[in-house]
Amino acid sequence: MTRAVGYGADPRIRFAEWLPWLAAVAAFFLLPDYLPLGARILTYILFALSLDLILGYAGIITLGHSAFFGLGAYVAGILAAKLGVTDPLLLLAAAAGAAGALGIATGAVILRTHGLTQLMLTLAIAAVCLEIAHKATSVTGGADGLSGVAIAPIFGAFKFDLYGKTAYLWCLALLFAGWWVTRKMIYSPFGATLCGIRENIVRMHAIGVPVYRRLLTAYAVSAMLAGLAGALLAETNQFVGLNVLGFEPSGELMVMLILGGVGRLYGAFVGPLVYLIAQDFLAKQFPEYWYFGIGLMLVLVVLFARGGILGIADAIVARARRYV
Amino acid sequence: MDVFLSSLVSVAFHGIAYGMILYVISVGLSVTMGLMGFVNLAHGAFAMAGGYVLTSVISRFGLPFPLALALAFIVVAAASVLLERWFYSRLYDAGELEQVLFTIGLIFMAVAAAQVAFGMLQRPVLLPPYLKGQISVLGRDFPAYRVFLIAVSSAMIAALWFGVERTLWGAMVRAAVDNRAMAQSIGINTRRLFTLTFALGSGLAGLGGALGAEIIAIQPTYPFEHLPYFLIVVAVGGLGSLRGPFAAALLIGVSDTACKYWLPQFGAFFIYVATIFLLLWRPAGLFGRRV
Repeated sequence: MTRAVGYGADPRIRFAEWLPWLAAVAAFFLLPDYLPLGARILTYILFALSLDLILGYAGIITLGHSAFFGLGAYVAGILAAKLGVTDPLLLLAAAAGAAGALGIATGAVILRTHGLTQLMLTLAIAAVCLEIAHKATSVTGGADGLSGVAIAPIFGAFKFDLYGKTAYLWCLALLFAGWWVTRKMIYSPFGATLCGIRENIVRMHAIGVPVYRRLLTAYAVSAMLAGLAGALLAETNQFVGLNVLGFEPSGELMVMLILGGVGRLYGAFVGPLVYLIAQDFLAKQFPEYWYFGIGLMLVLVVLFARGGILGIADAIVARARRYV
Repeated sequence: MDVFLSSLVSVAFHGIAYGMILYVISVGLSVTMGLMGFVNLAHGAFAMAGGYVLTSVISRFGLPFPLALALAFIVVAAASVLLERWFYSRLYDAGELEQVLFTIGLIFMAVAAAQVAFGMLQRPVLLPPYLKGQISVLGRDFPAYRVFLIAVSSAMIAALWFGVERTLWGAMVRAAVDNRAMAQSIGINTRRLFTLTFALGSGLAGLGGALGAEIIAIQPTYPFEHLPYFLIVVAVGGLGSLRGPFAAALLIGVSDTACKYWLPQFGAFFIYVATIFLLLWRPAGLFGRRV
């Protein structure tokens, strides 16, 4: 299987890799009505990117990645709504820290297991988080959600406005930072060992790679990024609902990533973009058919197009090259 | 004291009924996972399908309850044969991720299809009059439906254990679970064995879903909502074993009922925490072999 990115490839940023950012900036000027949706898409891209790091590169299958996203959202939300911490940067740092700590604590445990047990543990951890958020109503608002999240202007200068301009750019800036970190990691020897662990864990043990430590590091970084994305969602929506936690958001995120393409960095960009735009147009009119379509798409991707949208694009380009 | 004792008996009774249902639904999952190494997250969809078959044939055609139960088993088992032949079998050699994604896709489709066909609301179960009342045992009254449920499940479980432990088919299944390549090389048609076992497991899930329709409400989100419980039963019990999931299902049934009765403010919290610690203590499950 050839991969578009990875250790051994030229680590310099290619021209095409700047295109998503150009498109995002262009969208800011050309589509002012869609900025709230845009901010949501950018947030989910960051979330999908965090999943791609552990699922696509390290090969850890998790059904509970929303635990970190939800924790980040609730940490930011509770700090802002109940404890009066309103500085957006501070909230992000707190959320990322909390999610990273949970990542290390749970990763230390689940990465010792594999197969069904691992799957089950990730699911159970996410379920515990959901139960806590659901039942600790005095802190989290329970099923009604956590409202009254007040956020101060960014750096004391840029207020979150009604049209979502600040929110969009704020999300874009953080996604850029997250992408930068993830890309650096993937193109480093560290990223190479992750791919090695995914492809052949026994051999990686044999050549002396500290497999467990590498996986734990990746898991913690991924958890921090997911927590960051969750906090972004809380800041831009100024509301946290129970739907950020549990099996369903984890599954939905996985769907987005698979749709774009797993283990290729930019699959995490394409997937949420296509998924959330389609959802915005279709899901409200035909909710049942929307879910059916999602399921059908997953099945088709698994059976026929394992590389997702980018995999299909690659295949088309490869075929076109043969004729040129 | 007597109040406490009677609530203790009641919790134990309801917990056992719930655990029996969990076992009948999940045992197929344990066997298919142990036999084929296939992570079938869509197992709950088969149980839901069984429940819908039961409620529809009773309300539309007025079939008697036991016949509807049998139909739930047959219809779900037959449908699962087609699914296994067309789709699942293509993914036996694929990675875990593909299997997980494929079956999550099936869940989404099943949920959506159920919404379109039956609506969002919970389907009521029309119980026959003989299952509605109470049965008095040792001076205490027990709901007849749950007594019936425990009796039927016990009979099913006894038949299943006999089949696996004492028949040629069971010996072949056990051989294939232990060592698939060796089983194949001595001439066991594992391909056909897989299909049959898959159908049996799915059929049992359908039967369990139908039988437990009063306890685990039949609604479109069923496969999502109850999936963690089915997986817990299998993971805690141990893959590929029959006794492990039985102990796990009873344990979960009773402790879940007890938690919901005495500590409702915590919901399912303790179950998940207990699962996490149990799996840390024994990653291969209570009765599983270390892989």
